[in-house]
Amino acid sequence: MKRKHLIVIGMLAGGIACSKHVIDSFGGFKKPANFPEANYHFNTNEITQAKFELGRKLFYEPRLSRDNTVSCGGCHIQSAGFTHHGHDVSHGIDDRLGKRNSPPIMNLAWGKTFFWDGGVFDLDLQPIVPITNPVEMDETMENVLSKLRNHPDYPGLFNKAFGSSDINTERVMKALSQFMVMLVSANSKYDSVMRNQGATFTADEKQGYELFKTHCGSCHKEPLFTDESFRDNGIGAGPNNDEGRYLVTLNESDKYKFKVPSLRNISYTAPYMHDGRFITIEAVLEHYVGHVKNTPNLDPLLKQGTVPGISLTSAEQSKIIMFLRTLNDKDFISDKRFSEQ
Amino acid sequence: MFTIQTLLLLLALQSCKKDSNNTSFNEGTKATLSIEFDNIVGGQNLQLNTGSYTNASGETFSVSLLQYFISNISVKKADGTVYTVPQDSSYFLIKESDPTTRFAKVKVPEGEYTSLTFTLGVDSLRSTKDISERKGVLDPSGGMEDGMYWGWNSGYIFFKMEGISQQAPVDPTGQNKFRYHIGGFGGYSAPTINNIKSFTVDLNAGGVAKVRSGRESNVHLMADISKVFNGSTSVSIAANPTVMFSAYSVHIANNFSGMFRHDHTENQHL
Repeated sequence: MKRKHLIVIGMLAGGIACSKHVIDSFGGFKKPANFPEANYHFNTNEITQAKFELGRKLFYEPRLSRDNTVSCGGCHIQSAGFTHHGHDVSHGIDDRLGKRNSPPIMNLAWGKTFFWDGGVFDLDLQPIVPITNPVEMDETMENVLSKLRNHPDYPGLFNKAFGSSDINTERVMKALSQFMVMLVSANSKYDSVMRNQGATFTADEKQGYELFKTHCGSCHKEPLFTDESFRDNGIGAGPNNDEGRYLVTLNESDKYKFKVPSLRNISYTAPYMHDGRFITIEAVLEHYVGHVKNTPNLDPLLKQGTVPGISLTSAEQSKIIMFLRTLNDKDFISDKRFSEQ
Repeated sequence: MFTIQTLLLLLALQSCKKDSNNTSFNEGTKATLSIEFDNIVGGQNLQLNTGSYTNASGETFSVSLLQYFISNISVKKADGTVYTVPQDSSYFLIKESDPTTRFAKVKVPEGEYTSLTFTLGVDSLRSTKDISERKGVLDPSGGMEDGMYWGWNSGYIFFKMEGISQQAPVDPTGQNKFRYHIGGFGGYSAPTINNIKSFTVDLNAGGVAKVRSGRESNVHLMADISKVFNGSTSVSIAANPTVMFSAYSVHIANNFSGMFRHDHTENQHL
């Protein structure tokens, strides 16, 4: 008898400890020490656990698509750094193909614009695009709202998060934003080195870092590894002639420019470039060294020598790649808070 | 460089000026001013799908969808004082398919107004506001078919007209369709096309608006969509069957200038 009691007490205590642990583990949004101030407007969408959890549920909710088959998480897979691993361009509903490579969802709280062409300037307006895009989720927001309103769980979850069971565009978008801005990747070896948390670069990584700073760091600016600018890196138009930033500004000088992507989690996020044409990081380096096309809007930083591109020996390229691998953040791709529950 | 910051500053200054004008009104006695948008094509009433019309390029066309945003309404008295309707109450989506939407109804202080100003489209400032300030017709969740919002390039479609013309090439759905989706608020972080158009209509000839409690003043405007084709640019459907976010859209937006005229005012007792 006594033994049984003890087990029950133990279980109860365990239960309490567990729920406490869950509460404690939700620290809200925390800016990593080596990061600048975030750009997201937290003042109009203050992070709470209930909103974040609702956003997570919505992120993994296939009802956001026309036939309830495709969720955000379907093309933004956590183990692939929230990209569509192995796909040059993503396939959405009915296996229809998109025209661009699914970008990683990470550190969006520092994003100034979204998508490869920067056409969306507020994260709260971002999810409308994949939801309504015929080649992604092909659904209307009106239908999404009606499916959520008629679901047994969502009215209660919206009530918990927002104080009433009303389900509208603003609330869906703000909850999704909460989940997305919480996707902070800042626990790579690089971060540990920068924050003096004990890790040290190997000699090769150190040399790679120095080379990186000289040859890559002005566009792939630390610590986010992008300066958020739009540039033509001389890969040349692909078969679908995607004109990139030009489609948003209609400015000739923006033709074939795309946003500089972050290099964090680079090993998990292949393939590379806006159309996913490079399968390996080695191929990316080879492009910059030997295959940059002298296009009309080629970035001036790639036109400094006699031939366009960056001059690097193969040993230097290897060292840069060794450094880039220190940007992989295993904690981020395995953090249970970000997984489908 | 023209940035959103400069715009904000300008708008802030402008609204200060307007506020001082508003003080000459007794805000306590407001009544309804109705502005009716009666869509016509030249000398004919617009009939969706069934009506057949001809543009200046000699192309025949019918209209299957017509809708546009009207916003930022202000009214002026003969003595020059201006009342600007609070912005939150000043966004309307006029849809030809829904007759109830043809009236933009606002509350203005009692008085006689000799001129009316409004915007065709959605102002730049609202186009960049937090999603919490995009309710009602500004909800950015519209569908691909009749939606008035571009998701991929955040911004409202100000004016949307679609129809059939034998001069339009066959599209992938097998129809000879033309599609004009006109928007562009100037760009958020990088400047681009601005197709926001403001209109001022003098009401003296057609009848001033006498706004008083207990009656409804209805300013009946004609919106002549033939002008969209026939203006400073003669728009050919054959040459431009689809105009959306592109440099050519500026020519169509410039044609809007001839679109609205005041027909008459009904100062009816309720």
